[in-house]
Amino acid sequence: MLSSFAVQFLNGLAGASALFLVAAGLSLIFGVSRIVNFAHGSLYMIGLYVACTAAQAFGKGPAGFWGAVLVAAFVGAALGAAIEIAVLRRIYRAPELFQLLATFAVVLLLRDAALYLWGPEDILGPKAPGLEGAIEILGRAFPAYDLLLIAIGPAVLAALWLLLARTRFGLLVRAATQDREMVAALGVDQKWLFTGVFALGSALAALGGALQMPREPANLGLDLVAIGEAFVVVVVGGMGSIPGAYLAALLIAEIKALCYGIGTVNVLGTSVAFSKLTLVAEFLVMAAVLVWRPWGLLGRAQAAVRAPGPPEPPLRPIGRGASVALAALVVALAFLPLAARGYPYLTVLAIDILIAVLFAASLHFIMGPGGMPSFGHAAYFGLGAYGAALLVKGLGAPMEAALLLAPLAALAGALVFGWFAVRLSGVYLAMLTLAFAQIVWSAVFQWDEVTGGSNGLVGIWPSARFADRSAYYLLTLAIVVAGLALLRRVALSPFGYAMRAGRDSPLRAEASGIPVARVHWVGFALAGLACGYAGALFAFAKGTISPETISVGRSIDALVMVLLGGVQSLAGPIVGAATYTSLADTIMRATDYWRALLGLAILALVQLFPQGLAGGAARLAARLRERAR
Amino acid sequence: MRGDSGDAPPLLSVRGLDAWYGRAQILFDVALEVRAGEAVALMGRNGAGKSTTLKAIMGLVPARRGAIAFDGRRIERFEPYEIARAGVGYVPEDRRIFADLTVRENLEVGRRPPRPGAPVWTLERILALFPALRELLDRPGGRTSGGEQQMLTVARTLMGNPRLLLLDEPSEGVAPIVVERMAAAIEALKAEGLALLVSEQNLPFVAEVCDRVYVLERGEVRYSGAMRDFVADEAARRAYLTV
Repeated sequence: MLSSFAVQFLNGLAGASALFLVAAGLSLIFGVSRIVNFAHGSLYMIGLYVACTAAQAFGKGPAGFWGAVLVAAFVGAALGAAIEIAVLRRIYRAPELFQLLATFAVVLLLRDAALYLWGPEDILGPKAPGLEGAIEILGRAFPAYDLLLIAIGPAVLAALWLLLARTRFGLLVRAATQDREMVAALGVDQKWLFTGVFALGSALAALGGALQMPREPANLGLDLVAIGEAFVVVVVGGMGSIPGAYLAALLIAEIKALCYGIGTVNVLGTSVAFSKLTLVAEFLVMAAVLVWRPWGLLGRAQAAVRAPGPPEPPLRPIGRGASVALAALVVALAFLPLAARGYPYLTVLAIDILIAVLFAASLHFIMGPGGMPSFGHAAYFGLGAYGAALLVKGLGAPMEAALLLAPLAALAGALVFGWFAVRLSGVYLAMLTLAFAQIVWSAVFQWDEVTGGSNGLVGIWPSARFADRSAYYLLTLAIVVAGLALLRRVALSPFGYAMRAGRDSPLRAEASGIPVARVHWVGFALAGLACGYAGALFAFAKGTISPETISVGRSIDALVMVLLGGVQSLAGPIVGAATYTSLADTIMRATDYWRALLGLAILALVQLFPQGLAGGAARLAARLRERAR
Repeated sequence: MRGDSGDAPPLLSVRGLDAWYGRAQILFDVALEVRAGEAVALMGRNGAGKSTTLKAIMGLVPARRGAIAFDGRRIERFEPYEIARAGVGYVPEDRRIFADLTVRENLEVGRRPPRPGAPVWTLERILALFPALRELLDRPGGRTSGGEQQMLTVARTLMGNPRLLLLDEPSEGVAPIVVERMAAAIEALKAEGLALLVSEQNLPFVAEVCDRVYVLERGEVRYSGAMRDFVADEAARRAYLTV
């Protein structure tokens, strides 16, 4: 028993090193540039691929293996610098979430670049020469290579510390982490400082990937896995803190190892599988840390960013002309099935778009008027979808009742998670919502008996009355329009004013008698409810649901739709969801490399319309009006 | 313009400067000049636009329009770091010390190579000017008093060997003893040949050291002239300074 725990402890240390390398680079980049770099996980993935290819080219022997690791790190550095110069340098003044969107576009591009260069099959790397075997520790075999990994983590920590503490580059990095505008006013050209930090951070990510060569095959899913884990580590450790990243990596890796070590035990007559907890362990740790110490273990409260953007323009109710146009649009949409008789696929796509619109609008409701960026909005979508499926399959409820009641599951989830989430703001809030979504995902994924596990649930079809596509389309249209009208109404009501006041100036809002946390909590719950309707509609539209309904990818879809449309405009999510869904659908059917095309489209939009599509259109209209005057 | 002397082109010349925060226009057609080695005061009540003027010169205001020339070069399209490298040193009103860096490191961040025509500063010369900093060199900047931070922020900017120092309200919120020390330091800097543009509300503080004064009201220059004339002109002082 003791020896088993000792070996698990060592496993944990090895895992911590791997996590730390990726997280340290991410933390460094965030500290200086304040950019949450989604593409960081992609550099980890590319690092592993490059190392495998280079090792094959260099041949066997230690020089080949370690040469390949070094090459991967250099490729990572070059790629990171290129991304900074080509993409990010243009948008440092853009709103935080837009930078996020741009880095997500880079994720898509790099994923398809890897697909093009290395193909869809997993690639196995070589073992480290001389370290293939195992060493006996307390009577148990332990891989020799993992012992080396255990040493590499602290070694890199020490090297980074020396770099930051003893060099002028490090001095400027630390100064810029605190106040980059002041650093500029002192004559430091930050362009190269930023490029340098990106190159260094990306090299660490690629190094982390390359060092995994003997441990896991290179595959195309690693980017999102790595970024998810690295985010958690950085948030737990405190954003921008390198020692914090190591501490957090250690904590998370050890807790995971402990869960494996404990295995399945009997607690009060029921067997609890601790090993299953490993999928959520890091997210549980993150949720606990964020609630207890919102700025991470070694982080500190972020000073307000020094270069504030212009204040958000107030939301305006639409004029009479626009209302008439909107009503006409809804009526026209109701006749769509007639027009689409020859193209049944059009109705299917229209249902997808309508569901996406409600999904995006519910996220927009908390992101725009509420100022709360949720990275885990898929949780409420999934709760609605699974709620509906289980009501129909498990309890034999009719579709109508399931559609009506299932969103209450999403509401309940949003009430619980929202209670914690509204206490945080910005990136921390985003990460906490992500953690909650991962917990829901993992519960659904593992609860085979009820949710069907990874297979999901099948055969969730609408009732006879709505079995026809056109009928179901009309039902969807009715529910989505009602949902949008309600969200819009609330956003423009006194409750909506209170939400926005709490967003723009929490202290002043509190002082004028608005219970900001409670208002945001209710707003969060309302958004969860609306999102639950989108999820329930989705379940009956598809007939099949799987844990993918709750995946990070789906949460990101919603974010992209909202950001694409523009955060500070009520029309934004509608335009964004329609554009994104039809764009994704069109290019997905046209090419294998749809991700890269989508990424390029997003990058182009970010550069052209930093306010989002709807925001850009409104700006254009304002400019035209001014010119006409 | 009264009080001007010499035919050499001014070191800093600002013409037709407008600046905005969002949609609100803060500065309207501001024009001013600072000659080499001259100390100029920028006065006015709270919200008159003093700090914004200095920030706009430094390129730290997001939206501005107008012509700014420094040392014969147009700098209005420069990035802040290029303006600093051209020889303009900026000391912010809120000091903006790097709290996690030691006092010595704060000074190191500001270090730039010496430049012709400007006093050259070394750590030793800085410590001679502000002896109080010597004891604090290894203390984190965030754990120093307000007065110490005020000295540090000036010292940090001097490490860049500027030809012109933009000083934003150096006497604000510090003890009278520190105000005195700052006045002495400014006197010494001027004696070194450094040009100064000092935003202030405290007339006795600048009356001693400044040769000329511009007075702002609601973002416009309402008065400009020799400092001794302004001090003597009670009506003008009452019109533009007293609350």
